[in-house]
Amino acid sequence: MADYLNQFLFGIYPYICLAVLGLGSILRFEHGQYSWRTGSSQLLRRKQLVMGSILFHVGILIIFFGHLVGLLTPIWFFDALGISHGAKQILAIVAGGFAGVMCFVGAVLLIHRRLFDARIRATSSFGDTTILLLLFAQLLLGLSTIFVSLQHLDGHEMVKFMSWAQRIFTFRGGAAELVADAHPIFKAHLFLGLTIFLVFPFTRLVHMLSAPIWYLNRRGYQLVRTKRRNPTGKHVAPPAE
Amino acid sequence: MKVRAQISMILNLDKCIGCHTCSVTCKNVWTGREGVEYAWFNNVETKPGIGYPDDWEDQARWNGGWERKKNGKIQPKMGGKLGVLSKVFANPDLPEIDDYYEPFTFDYEHLQKAPEMKTPPTARPRSLITGERMEKINKGPNWEEILGGEFSKRSKDYNFENVEKEIYGQFENTFMMYLPRLCEHCLNPSCVAVCPSGAIYKREEDGVVLIDQNKCRGWRMCVSGCPYKKIYYNWSSGKSEKCTLCYPRLEAGQPTVCSETCVGRIRYLGVVLYDADRIGEAASVEKETDLYQSHLDIFLDPNDPEVQRQARADGVPDAWLESAKKSPIWKMAMEWKIAFPLHPEYRTLPMVWYVPPLSPIQSMAQAGAFGEKGSMPNVRDLRIPMKYLANLLTAGDEEPVAKALEKLIAMRAYMRSISYEGAEDATIPGKVGMTAEQIGEMYQLMAIANYEDRFVIPTTHREYAENAYDLRNDCGFSFGEGCGEPKQSVEWTGLFAKSPAKQNP
Repeated sequence: MADYLNQFLFGIYPYICLAVLGLGSILRFEHGQYSWRTGSSQLLRRKQLVMGSILFHVGILIIFFGHLVGLLTPIWFFDALGISHGAKQILAIVAGGFAGVMCFVGAVLLIHRRLFDARIRATSSFGDTTILLLLFAQLLLGLSTIFVSLQHLDGHEMVKFMSWAQRIFTFRGGAAELVADAHPIFKAHLFLGLTIFLVFPFTRLVHMLSAPIWYLNRRGYQLVRTKRRNPTGKHVAPPAE
Repeated sequence: MKVRAQISMILNLDKCIGCHTCSVTCKNVWTGREGVEYAWFNNVETKPGIGYPDDWEDQARWNGGWERKKNGKIQPKMGGKLGVLSKVFANPDLPEIDDYYEPFTFDYEHLQKAPEMKTPPTARPRSLITGERMEKINKGPNWEEILGGEFSKRSKDYNFENVEKEIYGQFENTFMMYLPRLCEHCLNPSCVAVCPSGAIYKREEDGVVLIDQNKCRGWRMCVSGCPYKKIYYNWSSGKSEKCTLCYPRLEAGQPTVCSETCVGRIRYLGVVLYDADRIGEAASVEKETDLYQSHLDIFLDPNDPEVQRQARADGVPDAWLESAKKSPIWKMAMEWKIAFPLHPEYRTLPMVWYVPPLSPIQSMAQAGAFGEKGSMPNVRDLRIPMKYLANLLTAGDEEPVAKALEKLIAMRAYMRSISYEGAEDATIPGKVGMTAEQIGEMYQLMAIANYEDRFVIPTTHREYAENAYDLRNDCGFSFGEGCGEPKQSVEWTGLFAKSPAKQNP
């Protein structure tokens, strides 16, 4: 039974979550872009948002890209660079810990504001509050894995998670077995992370897919749209008199 | 030269009586929805005053509009593209809703449902955001109506710069005017420039600046980027919204709702042609006081055959060229030069212009006579200080405003000489550099102000741009997705929808 559950949660469930994340986001983008937005509440209450939002976002972005690079970069790449598994683990603990604390402070401010500010509470949807609490729980789990990791600094445990993630993403079997004997806190962290992927398309989290980095690439500042069939962007020679 | 056409508006402040009909009809049509109760696409302010939202004119505080860098280029005052993006997590320049006002309603039901009691029941205020009781309303969209409030507060008005304002706090010297405001549909809009999603755009055909509600992601940069604070963040939908210049009406050849319903007939709508290639040049001249002239310089004479030829080549329809020739905007702003842009120093090249108001002669009581200029009073004796109007309309340059006011006075004096004194005073038009014919035309347009003279709006040829057959069974203009009732909550409907019990009363 334990094997079955382990196989389902870490072998099958990831694919369910990733499929819902991908298809759900595409469908929502196709069907309902009017609901696709950040959902900023800064207009209603500035207090606690400026500090909270900046700390939360900067922290979570570092954590996100840390996970992305840390989990999905092939192990031979680190070996080729001469970075030992233990050194990589120390790097992950230090960088993740720093960003995690940053994110923690931001999240506490934002949660306090969302639950106890009358304006924000009244205008929050169930999804707004839930996703914030889910992210916070995931952050706490992530931070507590640090204490587990400190027990074994050889990087062995971390390599297991890297292999697991890479097997999942490359559709190779045997992923679930790799994490079968991991510490329960790690397992909870993996499960909740996958669950956040699952609910992603149904929440305001979709705004991260629209991060406006393309703006930097815009030529000039102004945008003009035309409905004319022959857009007048190019000059047409005036008729001869 | 690249010729573009724009529907532009002029408001004759000399005739505005501050009745707010424009604001109310606009509100009824556009912003009667949850999330934009506090938003007034059109509002009327009593000046002097800090306005709505608080201090909107003070860009040292809000960082709206453009600033000219040392190298002669302009960039949004909020910062360049990286600077704008660095503000997406928290925008330090964004007003809070209290800078506008907390929207409220009253417990009207209580008036009918109250039990028998000694005192008559009252309808007490309730917040439209939280649904909770508001003990005291301390702000509204027109909190300074007709100088309501102390001078110490309204004297913070940005337009008092370089004005010895203390004497205007005295009852005998006080002055006021109305300023109806809406989106300026600028030629060089800073809201478009700072929108990182690229959701805000200017329409090439008629110059209307719109927000694509499907592309807006709610990064809320436009709210602070616009120096006129005429973009409003809908706190319910999470999208920004703004004045649309009633484009569905314009396309059909009808005036905007605010213009149509203006009881004082102060609003004018018409086509102007301008050279789109020179926008950047006009917006980045060095001296702020030169901006009014540089703005005027990029408008093109609709009667010039060369302009007409290029306009046709650039795709401006013939009907628009014909309308441009009859445009009241061209006459008032460009020919007679009696209308001015609002705060040209923001460098956005605004396209809603204003005729400055006349006011009673200040020194009459003291001097017992008019000023020096023969039968014509000196405009510098008017009750509203010239510097104040200049700060509002020409970045502080008094000369153009003074000349415009002289023309308005000359029109009155000349017409009075004909209709009241019975003998035309032919010397008057020459004194202000006009002809008797021009003054007659000005009188017809501004005093008689017939509907068809005020609004010269060509219809838009949508049939050339779209297959009209595809539009059948369509629902025209609507908020939210699809036809029917506009969705109040735009949360993803389904699993995580906002529960109806939480809706505000």
